[in-house]
Amino acid sequence: MSETSPESSPRQLATDARDRVRFEEEALQLSDQVYQVARRLAGSREEAEDLVQETYARAFRAWRSFEPGTNLRAWLFRILTNLNIDRGRRIQRSPDMQPLEENDYFLYNKLEESTADQNVDERRVVERLSQNDAVLALADLPHDFRDVVLLVDLADFTYSDAAQILDIPIGTVMSRLHRGRRILKRSLAESAAEDGGG
Amino acid sequence: MSGFAFDPCEKCEQMMQPYLDRVLTEEERIEAELHLKGCSYCRKRYRFEAEFRQFVRLAAAEPMTPELKAKLRALRTPL
Repeated sequence: MSETSPESSPRQLATDARDRVRFEEEALQLSDQVYQVARRLAGSREEAEDLVQETYARAFRAWRSFEPGTNLRAWLFRILTNLNIDRGRRIQRSPDMQPLEENDYFLYNKLEESTADQNVDERRVVERLSQNDAVLALADLPHDFRDVVLLVDLADFTYSDAAQILDIPIGTVMSRLHRGRRILKRSLAESAAEDGGG
Repeated sequence: MSGFAFDPCEKCEQMMQPYLDRVLTEEERIEAELHLKGCSYCRKRYRFEAEFRQFVRLAAAEPMTPELKAKLRALRTPL
């Protein structure tokens, strides 16, 4: 404003440009991780690519609202998840509220039941699951649960980062994560039974 | 059901997710590890869970195309 002398203006512009370049480069370095989650949020690769491009376009436009020194990764993922919600993905069935009776050892117990050798290595047990089934099971998760599972289990965010990104209480993150993981396991157990039963 | 009011494996099972998420208190972590040391049943299931998480991560991984990378770079503000 009035304090900005004519001489300081170009310098200010130069500083601004430098900060902006740095911001954009740092944000771009995170694009693989952003894509990874976007791909599982979106129904197709094309949709995921649009979502990531929109995320970066918005991030670059809004770069001034990012507070340097805070978590850029969380800031970007907040844009991503908000955009994904804006894309109307809320038009879906309400989250699965059926009781989940399975406990946390459920999937292993199921897989072991159908294994002849009870002393089999855990790694071999995992190998009986199909990656394709896992992708389908993730896609099938109720979206509120999926958001949390993707942020914590794929993008390695802490509960509290995930809470901030999704703007929900941390207790909600924990319960959705808990439930989402169980639903995922239940559907993988079902697919494994079908695949193995054929 | 064993008939015991307190089943240490059941307790261990409840601690598995928070254990792997590293959100147990120090006391709880020690309790879980102590049980795991002596219980191959739970140990197996914890190891499976760690493998399973890795498996989901790998299954979900899909690298982005170089074309998309280039498009994102093109979104940068021109100097």
